[in-house]
Amino acid sequence: MAHETIHTDGTQDPMNVTNPEHAQRHIVRPLQYTYVFGTLLLFTGITIGVAYIDLKWANPVIALGIACFQATIGILFFMHVAYQSRLIKITIGVGFFLFLVLVTMTMGDYVSRAWGMW
Amino acid sequence: MSAAIGNTIVSLPDQSTAQIPRHNYINNEHGLLSWLLTSDHKRIAILYLISITFFFFIGGAFAGLIRLELLTPQPDLVSSDTYNKFFTMHGIIMIFLFLVPSVPATLGNFLIPIMLGAKDLAFPKINLLSWYLYMIGGTLTLTALVLGGVDTGWTFTTPLSTHYLNTHVITAATAIFVAGFSSIFTGLNFIVTIHRMRCPGMTWFRMPLFVWAHYAASLLMVLGTPVLAIALTLVALERLFGIGVFDPTKGGDPLLFQHLFWFYSHPAVYIMILPGMGVISEVISTFSRKRIFGYTAVAFSSVAIALFGFFVWEHHMFIMGVSSYSALVFSLLTMLVAVPSAIKIFNWTFTLQKGSITFETPMLYAFGFMGLFTIGGLTGIFLGSLGMDIHLTETYFIVAHFHFVMVGGMLMAFLAGIHFWWPKMTGRMYPESLSKLAAVTTFIGFNLTFLPQFILGYLGMPRRYHAYPPEFQVLNVLSTAGATVLGFGYMLPMLYLAWSLKYGAIAGNNPWQATGLEWQIQSPPLMENFIETPVMDHEAYDYEWLANKTRNEVTTVG
Amino acid sequence: MDNALASTGLTTQPAPDPHPHETAVHAEHEHVALPQHRHHFETEEQQREAGSFGMWLFLVTEIMFFGGMFFAYLLYRNWYYPAFAAASSQLSVPLGGTNTAILITSGFCMALGVWAAEVRRRKMLVVTLILTTLFGLAFLGIKYDEYHEKYELHHIPGNNFNVSQFVNPAAYGIKEEPLAPDMAQKTQIFFFLYFAMTGMHAVHLIIGIGLLFWLTWRAHRGDFSSGYVAPIENFGLYWHFIDIVWLFLFPLLYLINRHPLH
Repeated sequence: MAHETIHTDGTQDPMNVTNPEHAQRHIVRPLQYTYVFGTLLLFTGITIGVAYIDLKWANPVIALGIACFQATIGILFFMHVAYQSRLIKITIGVGFFLFLVLVTMTMGDYVSRAWGMW
Repeated sequence: MSAAIGNTIVSLPDQSTAQIPRHNYINNEHGLLSWLLTSDHKRIAILYLISITFFFFIGGAFAGLIRLELLTPQPDLVSSDTYNKFFTMHGIIMIFLFLVPSVPATLGNFLIPIMLGAKDLAFPKINLLSWYLYMIGGTLTLTALVLGGVDTGWTFTTPLSTHYLNTHVITAATAIFVAGFSSIFTGLNFIVTIHRMRCPGMTWFRMPLFVWAHYAASLLMVLGTPVLAIALTLVALERLFGIGVFDPTKGGDPLLFQHLFWFYSHPAVYIMILPGMGVISEVISTFSRKRIFGYTAVAFSSVAIALFGFFVWEHHMFIMGVSSYSALVFSLLTMLVAVPSAIKIFNWTFTLQKGSITFETPMLYAFGFMGLFTIGGLTGIFLGSLGMDIHLTETYFIVAHFHFVMVGGMLMAFLAGIHFWWPKMTGRMYPESLSKLAAVTTFIGFNLTFLPQFILGYLGMPRRYHAYPPEFQVLNVLSTAGATVLGFGYMLPMLYLAWSLKYGAIAGNNPWQATGLEWQIQSPPLMENFIETPVMDHEAYDYEWLANKTRNEVTTVG
Repeated sequence: MDNALASTGLTTQPAPDPHPHETAVHAEHEHVALPQHRHHFETEEQQREAGSFGMWLFLVTEIMFFGGMFFAYLLYRNWYYPAFAAASSQLSVPLGGTNTAILITSGFCMALGVWAAEVRRRKMLVVTLILTTLFGLAFLGIKYDEYHEKYELHHIPGNNFNVSQFVNPAAYGIKEEPLAPDMAQKTQIFFFLYFAMTGMHAVHLIIGIGLLFWLTWRAHRGDFSSGYVAPIENFGLYWHFIDIVWLFLFPLLYLINRHPLH
């Protein structure tokens, strides 16, 4: 058991109704941090190793995929988001969504500039 | 519904017996330091109000100088360089130091915690930090001004701002960077407060629409402003080190700057207008003594404006060399924003229908807002259409368009809000007939200033030039005359509001018989707003609840 | 949605304790008036929730702040791929990789610090915070070394930028395809983005280290040993966020094309 949960949620503590979105106070245990730490280091090694193999277009895709995976477990466990309220998950989602809006809508301009010019 | 109207109060209550409460936030502590180091949201709101008014009149002075130069076709008052500095300083000060913080930082700061039944914003110290950041930003802007000014236009368009100008671009960019963080922290504070500090019973759909509007605007502040910050940082680095990211000779793309800049600066116009719409919702409901028609639709239209606002920025760049396919998409998306804006206007109009309307000063300003904002919004549709935009962009048509939205819309809403909540903020009434005169003067002056500019723009007079062909002079003289009236209309409130601080009639708790939580407490409020945490047991804008409450109070006292 | 429909009762009854050895943590929820409790919050829990929500909103603004530069990177990498590949290969993978590992370790120490604060171990908290600081400083040291090398090679964008290494790599003993002079000029854009992104990242680290000194001092004083973890927790979020930005910067800047001569 790498972690345990301290329950102070609405179901167990009828007085705690001010913030029912905050269902549980969760303390992540050091062992779980160690697993995450090991995974992050391992995937850093993998991303360096893969970079030296020629996989054509797949190189950047893999590199970004690994970075996204590392970021996800970092956010979920080091930053405790896995145990946070839905509000905080949505907030982070909105941030990344808006970044994607910036990238795709602007890239749409650059990609289509040459259309119809041939 | 008809029974509800029968119960509503049309005549205002007797104010002759009202007194200024002995304990309130103004006399809670004394001395300058108690203001400069305060963490009370109401005091910070007052600090903002003073500093924003100061910058408004500086920005206004530049507007006056611009109009004075344009009185004659010849470039006779100032040189073209000086003229460029005039409109740049006018734009920077009015947008970043007045319009963006205007309603949120003053009225929003003062009212949001009270409307939610909270004692303060979630982060009072960060709130104070925002004000200091604002003041640093303002000081840097004034520094740039005193050292010789900036002439990039408020848009800092590259490569003009990076390669061709030798004015204080970096100082001004730093100023906006710092002021931007002030706005981020204000927005962050509001969002957390609205999510986490609502009193018992205050559900999302019992919040006043003022709070909904600020919630939407805060989302834009938090999500958009950092992109402006990075765009301006890159401009500063480009100037300092010549690093080439926006420099075509080194492979950079100047349009990348505009993409990043407008990614913030288009949503920024909704940062400016949404809080104003919140004010109008409160004012219209109060002076029609009716619940806002379609409350949910108005609430969601605020959020929809915030969302759509992030999908339309390229319409500022249609003629700048963007892809025509992409421009087509952005032109279509631009039309989407018209929908939630129209929902608001229609719902306000339906609220007025069969309401018990009275014409106090805030209501006059609100009527001004509705008319002028509608014109500003509809001309926006002209400009959002690709074909029309090619003819109209960079002319006075666009100047008139955004002044109808920003000045006719937002400034009217700001003044409506200031008058509406002045009794709550200070405990004293403003002089009613003088303020009605000011509202009418502002409306006439505004239309005289900016309606001729639509015609000028349509005829082809370009913006940002200090000379023009003589056949445009009649319309320009009209516009300058209007600006004079407008300036007079803005001076008046400052004078009589200052006068009313000492000599105004004492307002009492609820001079308008409005339903919001802020009107149920003393004016000016206590340091901690409420004696005990309120419980919200009725919907927003419930005039029957208010009538019952008033009746019961009378019986218990009598 | 109706979560604010709440009673204002402040004193909770202690629920049956499922984990007796964690009573120290659990006691925090008895809502006694702790000194750090701010007057305008109804409960300690509300204050803590507001704090972490505010921190996350701030981090979202940071996403958008770095997002502008990531977009510039994406655009120019697509436009000038050969220049980006050649310039990227001039960065040192051993140094960059070591730095990645150092930063991950630093983040691990910070995570342990948050745990130490949660279980109220003052000494362990101080030690982990000091370790976090040291790893952060080590990262900056290596970063300085890398910047210095670029300075000596005239790879800092600006007037002194020198493209000869990319036009004639053989003369420098580099096994790379030479770039055409106009494309070689574009390496300057890569190096600008490299300096801007890693520099902005380093600025965040320096601010973080400054805050760490302050937090370590307060932890030593015992501020965070009585169940008041919010500052440590929120700083942890900031520190992990910086780590995560680097996890993207490393492959994007260092590993663009490490297999050119196949």
